[in-house]
Amino acid sequence: MNDVHEHGVHGWLAAAPVVTVLVATTLAGGYLVLVRRRERTLGRRWSGLRTGAWLAGAVLVAAGLSPWTVEAAHADARGHMAQHLLLGMYAPLGVVLAAPMTLLLGASAPGTRRLLARLLHSLPVRLLTRPAVAAVLDVGGLYVLYLTGLYTAAQDHPAPHLLVSLHLLLAGTLFTWSVAGPDPAGPHPASLRHRVVVLVLAAGAHAFLATLLYARAPALPPGNGHPAAELEQAALWMYYGGDIAEVALAVALFAGWYRSTARRA
Amino acid sequence: MQHETHTSPGARGRRSSLLAGAAVGAGLMAAVDEIVFHQILAWHHFYDGSTPPAALLSDGLLHAAELVLVVGGLFRYADLRRRQSLVARAAWAGGLLAAGAFQLFDGVVNHKVLGLHEVRYGVDLLPYDLAWNASGVVLVLAGVLLASRR
Repeated sequence: MNDVHEHGVHGWLAAAPVVTVLVATTLAGGYLVLVRRRERTLGRRWSGLRTGAWLAGAVLVAAGLSPWTVEAAHADARGHMAQHLLLGMYAPLGVVLAAPMTLLLGASAPGTRRLLARLLHSLPVRLLTRPAVAAVLDVGGLYVLYLTGLYTAAQDHPAPHLLVSLHLLLAGTLFTWSVAGPDPAGPHPASLRHRVVVLVLAAGAHAFLATLLYARAPALPPGNGHPAAELEQAALWMYYGGDIAEVALAVALFAGWYRSTARRA
Repeated sequence: MQHETHTSPGARGRRSSLLAGAAVGAGLMAAVDEIVFHQILAWHHFYDGSTPPAALLSDGLLHAAELVLVVGGLFRYADLRRRQSLVARAAWAGGLLAAGAFQLFDGVVNHKVLGLHEVRYGVDLLPYDLAWNASGVVLVLAGVLLASRR
């Protein structure tokens, strides 16, 4: 099995620059096209900060999914944790703060816009963008990943690895959107109190999981083959990396509140 | 609130300022504890081996709450300033009170009741515990003094 891996690695890593650049430019290009279309449709400038957030998010998504990172995640618990932080926390911040849904709504023809609005108001989207639901999907997913055999399965096989990576990215984006996003999310956005409480609970559960992984290394995640010291370091990255993401989320959340209370006053 | 009419906006500003300061004070104290004692001095251990999971969970939640408190408190402070209803003295009093209260909470509940970790390992703990909790008391008293002065 190791032998097969060694053979596959070369071709796979040789493609890394192309894959990484392709993902980043596709994401960035799509957004820039929409910005131009929206500016032409509405005759208003789109915020450069939002564009900047998207470009940063696109680079982080590409970095998180790039073959280099996947290889590092395969070889080392710290590599996995770096990928987890990139895809699950930092890339979503850029993506969400870029307000892609607002951009898309403004760039679309009226028919498409109605369709999007109906989608946003549909029951599944309304449910998924509740902060409490998104938090369970996001942080709950991490409990499943690290406390069951899923982690080892994702280390050994490409398909579960890809699914786990995509789940991290999508659930992280959903959570970030629901707690701190500037985009519209359904007809009844969650109150500030709901968002703050969910943020604290989710970040607390994340910190708890990180300490648990630190304390129970090398028994957790079940079946992993990493040395204890490596796992402890990965758990510390998870703990402090989570702090950085939590503070960033809190700043985004309260900055949104600060702007909106000024408008009301 | 009983003072009615013209004093009540000031009283409200004072209370809001106190709360904003308290949020920042408690959160900062917790952050100082983590950065200075855990990271720089490495006196405390991240986890000391005998800790039950329930204590780890409460520690995680407290840690998450303190970060949000600092950020939320600072934005509230900025909001009060913008509305020109900030009472700086009350904000300071709140900050000192909450910092001291957190220090005491950490010294009594985290170190002793939950047994999460001690101030320092391999030494006689009594002077460290006394210094730790006394600093909490001093901060609380300073906050009370500042709050009661007009």
